[in-house]
Amino acid sequence: MKLSVFCLLVALVCQRAFADWVRQPFWYDDARRDKVAKGTVWPQPRSIQTTQQSLSLNPDSFSFSTSDDASSNANCKDVLDPAIERYRDLLFWIPAGERVSVSGDRVLGGLRVTISGGTCSEYPTLDSDESYTLEVPASGDATLRAQTAWGALRGLETFSQLVYEVDGKHKLNVTTISDEPRFRHRGVMLDTARHFLNVPYIKQNLDAIAYNKMNVFHWHIVDDQSFPFQSATYPDLSGKGAYTQDNVYTRQDVLDVIEYARMRGIRVIPEFDSPGHMQSWGQGYPELLTSCSPTNVQADIYHLGPANVARNSTYDFMQNLFTEIRDIFADDYLHLGGDEVHFQCWMSNAEIQDFMRQQGFPNTTQGFAQLEGYYIKRLLDIVEGLSVAPKRSRGIVWQEIFDNNILSGDFTVDLDTIIHVWQWNNSNFQGIPYWDELPLVTGAGYQAILSSCWYLNFISYGRDWPEYYACDPHNFTGTPQQKQLVIGGEAPLWAEWVDATNHVARMWPRASAVAERLWSPQSVTDSAAASPRMEEQRCRMVRRGIRAQPQGPSYCKYEWNLAGQAGNYVPTASGARGITGYAQQLLLSLFSCLVLTFGLS
Amino acid sequence: MQQRTCLVALLVVALSLQASLAEWSYQTSWFEKAREDKVARGTVWPKPLSATTGTGTPARFSLDPGKFKLVADSSSAAGTDKECKEIVDHALSRYADLLFWIPEDERVSVSGDETVDQLVVTVTSPCSRYPSRDMDESYAISVGYDGATLRAPTAWGALRGLETFSQLLYEDNGKHVIDRVTISDSPRFTHRGIMVDTARHFIPLPYILQNLDAMAYNKMNVFHWHMVDDQSFPFQSTTFPDLSGKGAYTRKHVYTHDDVSKVIEFARLRGIRVIPEFDSPGHMMSWGQGHPDLLTRCSPTDFQPDIYYLGPANPAREETYTFMQSLFQEIREVFADECFHVGGDEVRFQCWMSNEEVQQFMRQEGFPNTTEGFANLQGHYIKRILDILHQIPQRTRGIVWQEVFDTASIANDLTDLSLDTIVHVWEWNDTRFQGEPFKEELAKVTRAGYNAILSSCYYLNYISYGRDWPQYYDCDPQDFQGTRQQKDLVLGGEACLWGEWVDSTNFVPRMWPRASAVAERLWSPQSVTDSAAASPRMEEHRCRMVRRGIPAQPQGPSYCKYEWNIQGDLPNYRPVITSSGPRVAAAGLLHSVVLSVLVLAAAKLWA
Repeated sequence: MKLSVFCLLVALVCQRAFADWVRQPFWYDDARRDKVAKGTVWPQPRSIQTTQQSLSLNPDSFSFSTSDDASSNANCKDVLDPAIERYRDLLFWIPAGERVSVSGDRVLGGLRVTISGGTCSEYPTLDSDESYTLEVPASGDATLRAQTAWGALRGLETFSQLVYEVDGKHKLNVTTISDEPRFRHRGVMLDTARHFLNVPYIKQNLDAIAYNKMNVFHWHIVDDQSFPFQSATYPDLSGKGAYTQDNVYTRQDVLDVIEYARMRGIRVIPEFDSPGHMQSWGQGYPELLTSCSPTNVQADIYHLGPANVARNSTYDFMQNLFTEIRDIFADDYLHLGGDEVHFQCWMSNAEIQDFMRQQGFPNTTQGFAQLEGYYIKRLLDIVEGLSVAPKRSRGIVWQEIFDNNILSGDFTVDLDTIIHVWQWNNSNFQGIPYWDELPLVTGAGYQAILSSCWYLNFISYGRDWPEYYACDPHNFTGTPQQKQLVIGGEAPLWAEWVDATNHVARMWPRASAVAERLWSPQSVTDSAAASPRMEEQRCRMVRRGIRAQPQGPSYCKYEWNLAGQAGNYVPTASGARGITGYAQQLLLSLFSCLVLTFGLS
Repeated sequence: MQQRTCLVALLVVALSLQASLAEWSYQTSWFEKAREDKVARGTVWPKPLSATTGTGTPARFSLDPGKFKLVADSSSAAGTDKECKEIVDHALSRYADLLFWIPEDERVSVSGDETVDQLVVTVTSPCSRYPSRDMDESYAISVGYDGATLRAPTAWGALRGLETFSQLLYEDNGKHVIDRVTISDSPRFTHRGIMVDTARHFIPLPYILQNLDAMAYNKMNVFHWHMVDDQSFPFQSTTFPDLSGKGAYTRKHVYTHDDVSKVIEFARLRGIRVIPEFDSPGHMMSWGQGHPDLLTRCSPTDFQPDIYYLGPANPAREETYTFMQSLFQEIREVFADECFHVGGDEVRFQCWMSNEEVQQFMRQEGFPNTTEGFANLQGHYIKRILDILHQIPQRTRGIVWQEVFDTASIANDLTDLSLDTIVHVWEWNDTRFQGEPFKEELAKVTRAGYNAILSSCYYLNYISYGRDWPQYYDCDPQDFQGTRQQKDLVLGGEACLWGEWVDSTNFVPRMWPRASAVAERLWSPQSVTDSAAASPRMEEHRCRMVRRGIPAQPQGPSYCKYEWNIQGDLPNYRPVITSSGPRVAAAGLLHSVVLSVLVLAAAKLWA
């Protein structure tokens, strides 16, 4: 018995000494200390007062509690309770074997979450209140107050980011934060048509979106190359238009994604692009598309062009399909596309030509612009008609629809429609610069979303996030009213060159730059000053299982797969940790218990 | 009348044809057709020297995964020579796994088909333990009515042949099939490498192993390990523990001797040489953290920012060379390859210029205080480093970056640069940096009689939008003005992925399949130059890598039948290690120790 006590003591002393030795700083820590701002928040909160006074957290006893109003409302509770479970896991990362006791330290015992609005919507919307205040006092529990569950989610994320590691302890500083987003629409666009992206990767992205306080997943679900959405109404859309029958999203898959997103306060806006970009639709339903006369038109593969806008059957088809889509997707908005329609095919088709004469559209670019306007207007009417009171179904369209309006002088598109500005004139693309387009769009009274300067599919050598960071959606000449019509932006990652092999690493942390631009005050513009926080954010994401790519020579303490375990990522209801770690720990502790109990007595 | 009947008949035929065509397109997904043009199934990457499709019947054989065997011809060196046998046996068990990929429940019976039931592997001469610069990698394959055979002079050739054989298989309606074919193949260049930089970011061991697998799938044979640099020193030296103790990012960001041995063994079994680079006298910041005396103290007045208060190695002190001698001795004992990359690039002379001790040494040596004088100084340093390599008991040959050749040309007309030195050409005059166009440099280096390796046009760290592999594919190491003898001095090339912007999160997809373009350039005949023609094979190869667990990035809109992680299981990678592989053994050991303790404890409890 004495012997075992002695051994135990020796072991403890040894461990202590070893831990001390490990904790000695390394030369590069000096350099890193400037580069990494530990325990900082990304995106930068609107107002943050922090002190040097630090508190320790005890992973074993830290408690979350919710106020009555937060726990009595079913909708609030439905979102908040799982979120607390997720953040309970995310809050502590130091492996149990390397943790140092916090006894004797000033300890923060818990976090109390209050939703003072008392009512929560089932789904996040464009108008959701995401504001929150967070108080980490010198003594007593921390408090998080929000008007809605969505604000509480943002506050929980902030709280988790305040925690940093020092000498084997989880710590945070006494801090007061009052925060809300600058823009309401902060999105990431994934293209699942150029390459299929399976549900686990979409969920992984949703986690990353939440870690960056973004709130819109724009799902560019179908395009020329493939139609992975499995429609019950028109099974041949994916049956013949998907790459393979493994490369599809079933209704259940989509509902899973929407639920996963809802839990994180993220809206899912699907895009079913038409009348262009519809090649894959035509595989199952060729009559939907315009037959181009080959003499007038390019390659064989384009023997079918844009939607046949002259036929009533086209609109019936869209009515039925969008009824199904509306039934699945919960958001008020549907993205209807409308970009890059090649008029030549319409020009070559006699049926279309007849229809244009009948409608009085001239056989000019202007006339074709009118034709597309006619189509989109009917589509928008279909979508509006799918409204279920009190909510309204509305459309988002790419900027060409607005540009056509200018061209045709025919502003018939509903003012509730949101215009998605994407063109730019750079080496990759010749178009209207966004700072010229935004004044026109908002001048005409439309709401706008900006993506032009955030095309993450364009890559180049070196550190490129500062260029996304530098782009401001209000960077145009216009009245305050016009500026207000800009509701936010989206970072699109078009998928010609990405699939599950490289998608997540290419998206993050480059999209994080966009996230901060859209959340933080307009005055937060210095990318050099943001850099140490960016380093912290990227390593935090890696630690949480998001393979965010590096931004220059560096290391993360918790490197991607440093320990050599499988590079696994398991999106779960409660977080993103593999089970191998737990199993190993369990085995090890079992082992040491047995040795100590039996081996030495 | 007759004419009219004819017309009606034609119409009927046309209609029925159309109907059957429609039926066909109903069966296959629409994009299959586009893909059929884009993907060349069962083709080999890199393209073999000579492949002849057999003319006999049947033109194609099926393989029965339950029955098919890879066998070593036990009467040949593959069975009689210990070294050959070890490599071949390991390879056979790896390829037994790689050969068949159709999930069991989707396989269609091959009964009734003409089948090939085994591949007999013959090695005709004894084998060396490690792959080397002059190894013979040639092989011949025959797939015909009388079975399939693979013959190679060495185990290394057998490895390349097994890879080719595995690539010949393709999937047809649930069956693994292979065409009747005769292949005779050998590489164009002997040095076909990948450079991985583990100093700008640490690359955990599993990713290094994964990359070695990918190299083997591309028949590359050199892993140039740019192990240390300014930013970190992850090599854990036993002679000088402070090098990594103070120079590594953290104590977890290190490679122990054991780690290095694992890598070398893993590489050896795949016929890949591991060439370490310990770059000096520049790029040594991390060395100076534990051993500041090794570096030149720059006088800050003359010199740029504070952080560079320590500059290149101090060439004036004898201790510097003693240090390098001990370290190199240790390294050479750990690494098996004859070649040792000693760096020598990007030395900034200003620091040397600012240091009194160095100035004094230069006066003493009679080096003028000019660029030429500093070139003399660097030449002096490198000569002593190369002399150290020559003094090491194991035969050792130095590889240096091109600056060493350039400065030696300026300083002493190359009299100090030993002729067995291999010059690694890396500079290019594109928009990114100014330097000697590599074609002129290759001409100069080979005219002076040195062996050369080319990397200038294979810098994979530079990225741009879109399909960039054709630009690597187009660059030929012998595309310079020179005699036949000069061309022969070019040993090959290396694709470099410098680590500033990559780590384990994105390293493998950025490397592959872009490095595959380099692999084909260095293996296949000079006449294979058409990237458009290569494209369908490239598609096949990239999907094959993905299927085998290498997350090779896509090259334009497409899909692979076996998409990365399509089932939604973990995107994990377990390098294929056969039974005696080091990691499995270690894990097994731990397992059995834990188990036996548990059993003992239980027994004790019982008692």
